[in-house]
Amino acid sequence: MNAVTLTRLAARDRLRHYALRNASLLLSYLVLATMGLYYVAYAGSHGQLSVFSVTSIFNNTMPLLIAAIGQTFVVLTGGIDLSVGSIISLTNSVAAVYMRDSLGGILAWSGLILLLGGVAGAVNGILVAVGRIQPILVTLASLSIWAGVALFVLPQPGGAIPPGFTAVLAGNAWSVIPASAVTLGVLIVFWMVFRRTELAVSLYAVGDDERSARANGVPVVWAKVAAYTLSGLFSALAGLYLSAVTTSGDATTGAIYTLTSIAAVVLGGVSLFGGRGSATGSMAGAFVLTLIVNILFFANVNPLLQEFFQGLVLILAMAASVLVNLFFGRST
Amino acid sequence: MPHIEAVDVSKSFGGVHALQGASFGASRGEVHALVGENGAGKSTLIKILSGLLRLDRGQLRLDGQDVRIDRPVAAERLGIGTVFQELTLLPHMTVAENLLLRREPRGRFGLIRPRELTRRAAQQLRDLGLGEISVDAIVSALPLAQRQLVEVAKVVSRDPAILLLDEPTSALAEREVAWLFDLIRRLRDQGRTIVFTSHRWNEVRDISDQITIFRNGQRVGTFGAADIDESRAVELMTGRHVSAIFPPLPPLGPATPVLEVRGLASGRVHEVDFTLHRGEILGIGGLQGQGQRDLFFALFGAQRLRGGVIAIQGHPVAIRHPRDAIRAGVGIALVPEDRKSEGLLLPMSVRQNMTLPVLAGLSRMGYVDLRRETQTVGRMIQQLRIRTPGPDQVVGALSGGNQQKVLIGRWLLAEARILLLYDVTRGVDVATKHDIYDLVMTLRAEGRAILYYSSDTAEMAHLCHRVLVMREGRVVTELRNPEITADALVRASLRLGGGISA
Repeated sequence: MNAVTLTRLAARDRLRHYALRNASLLLSYLVLATMGLYYVAYAGSHGQLSVFSVTSIFNNTMPLLIAAIGQTFVVLTGGIDLSVGSIISLTNSVAAVYMRDSLGGILAWSGLILLLGGVAGAVNGILVAVGRIQPILVTLASLSIWAGVALFVLPQPGGAIPPGFTAVLAGNAWSVIPASAVTLGVLIVFWMVFRRTELAVSLYAVGDDERSARANGVPVVWAKVAAYTLSGLFSALAGLYLSAVTTSGDATTGAIYTLTSIAAVVLGGVSLFGGRGSATGSMAGAFVLTLIVNILFFANVNPLLQEFFQGLVLILAMAASVLVNLFFGRST
Repeated sequence: MPHIEAVDVSKSFGGVHALQGASFGASRGEVHALVGENGAGKSTLIKILSGLLRLDRGQLRLDGQDVRIDRPVAAERLGIGTVFQELTLLPHMTVAENLLLRREPRGRFGLIRPRELTRRAAQQLRDLGLGEISVDAIVSALPLAQRQLVEVAKVVSRDPAILLLDEPTSALAEREVAWLFDLIRRLRDQGRTIVFTSHRWNEVRDISDQITIFRNGQRVGTFGAADIDESRAVELMTGRHVSAIFPPLPPLGPATPVLEVRGLASGRVHEVDFTLHRGEILGIGGLQGQGQRDLFFALFGAQRLRGGVIAIQGHPVAIRHPRDAIRAGVGIALVPEDRKSEGLLLPMSVRQNMTLPVLAGLSRMGYVDLRRETQTVGRMIQQLRIRTPGPDQVVGALSGGNQQKVLIGRWLLAEARILLLYDVTRGVDVATKHDIYDLVMTLRAEGRAILYYSSDTAEMAHLCHRVLVMREGRVVTELRNPEITADALVRASLRLGGGISA
């Protein structure tokens, strides 16, 4: 065998291993591509495809997508974050009550809100990693706490979000490109860079096998605290985005994001046992969940059945993921 | 002055004293074996020296200097590398990511360089003579033996001055053991210190300069490798005199076929034929991973058959599920090597584990007759010499060998006539091994038929009436009793029979 053949064999070997390892992730891309094409074809043939409709899909997806990235950090460590929805509600309420239409005010309050989310996440992380309490208990408790605080901040839906804030996050650049699409690009780049940091390796290691990670000197406590902190930070960012998109405040508006962020993560092929998956999959999952709603809307399906179909898609996607893994001969 | 030293070290878990004032020292440039029964404290000592466990009392020294090793990172900084019995590889990461975990090559902004990572890992494997392992493979997809090799490679590539190996050979076949020992000798000749544990006396004798024997959490003695033989060592380990390592094997009576297998194909097994007789111990030999496991699991219905016929006393039977194997009229039972995942319910009691398949027989109108259950289980515990405080002890708390006995006991209660014993003595201490050998002989004498596989060649040589040597999923040679020696087995396993080997 000559060197070229060997290199080619090695490349094929690498490709095979990659496909095996990322079967669920690739499947989520495939599902998204199929749904995206279907949507474009359907909307196009009905004259519904416009800058506006595409922008609105991006805008509607963005809060969920950001929350799903946050959820991914935690799920990768083998944990779960139920407080995502409450932190979104809280940050949305705070933004609606306090944010005023001045550049300084917007920047200061955005920074404060992100800090708030980060601190809320860090508290979760410390209780889980240092206090050794089950993630589901810790975050269930903080879910209630932050939901309560949100209602205290904004007892009635209302308040207002500065139009400038909305224009920047949910508008269009050069009146064509959705600002949300730019944000999405930034988030993808962020993830690709993050994936190559020491912290990312630690997150995957902890979720894969905590005992082994510890024996290899991986800073387990730090990794977990960082994961929950990032989750809180991203939840706050999702809350800001939601504020920009909805332009008003509601202390209960975030509640659905707890479960939908988990659904997006699962649809994206991230293992709930930890250690496997990618935030880009979760992003795809978030888009799939939004597109389902749009497609159902186009198809004139009773809106009351929306959640039913969302659940159905979730189950089908999971079944497909199991089948793909079986097909590749290894579900471990 | 010892290179690494533990002085008067004690460690307890709950009420159990794993180490009680044990001392141990290994000098620079020597291979030092730690031997003793399971629970003697060897693994605990290794875990303390490597920072995975903190000692309760005592002192650790490096070159005569007091040191604290309270975390794995602390041990690493002091130049101590450890290959643990339970591997510390991350199952869903690639071989390359595991090899260079926390030492990934960095580029600009401190970001990891994935290609460089793969390249460097592949180089490391080649340097150690492990080039055939793909660095892109996911660890969980590798066979156990290769995972063990990767673990060794990972630790050695960190260039430790002191290398601790806890049972590094239990998952390895002869060829890989030879590779490991080669490596150990090279490291020793570079002036490194190697401490290792093993249950296989041949290995201890072959590789070590010094041997320290542990019993009940204390050191019994340290000997030059030339100054102690196996029977003396076993005596010191067990605290009692053990007459012979292997019990005598009575010749087979009139040959009554019990199990006939024709053209069996499953997984890696192709076209295997054999007949197992009443009272016979039939060994399935060969290098590790030649399809032996598939054969055992297929006969038990735990793996799908591709073809072939299985007949019990002349009647063909369909075995598609373990239920089919253990039902009356068939009576095939499997005792696998990995009890944790394949057979026992660790959080449940000895009693519950044993009577699980026969509860119906012990029940009256749906209620378990507790008295009868207790009697039955008690009888079994006595007969099998299971070392347990009582029938209600949680199985997970028993030593590995005794867990094996519980599983064997379950199948005896279920009246299995054909026992498939797959590497049942792996990682089991000497005294319990002895019990298991005796037990196998008793089962045989009762007229049960036994299919036996062991990664320990000496066992195959001494326990079996016949051995079928497998290679690449086929039976290539059959050896009969007087001609079965460890030497003959190894030669038969390695002989090139044409075909794919290159």
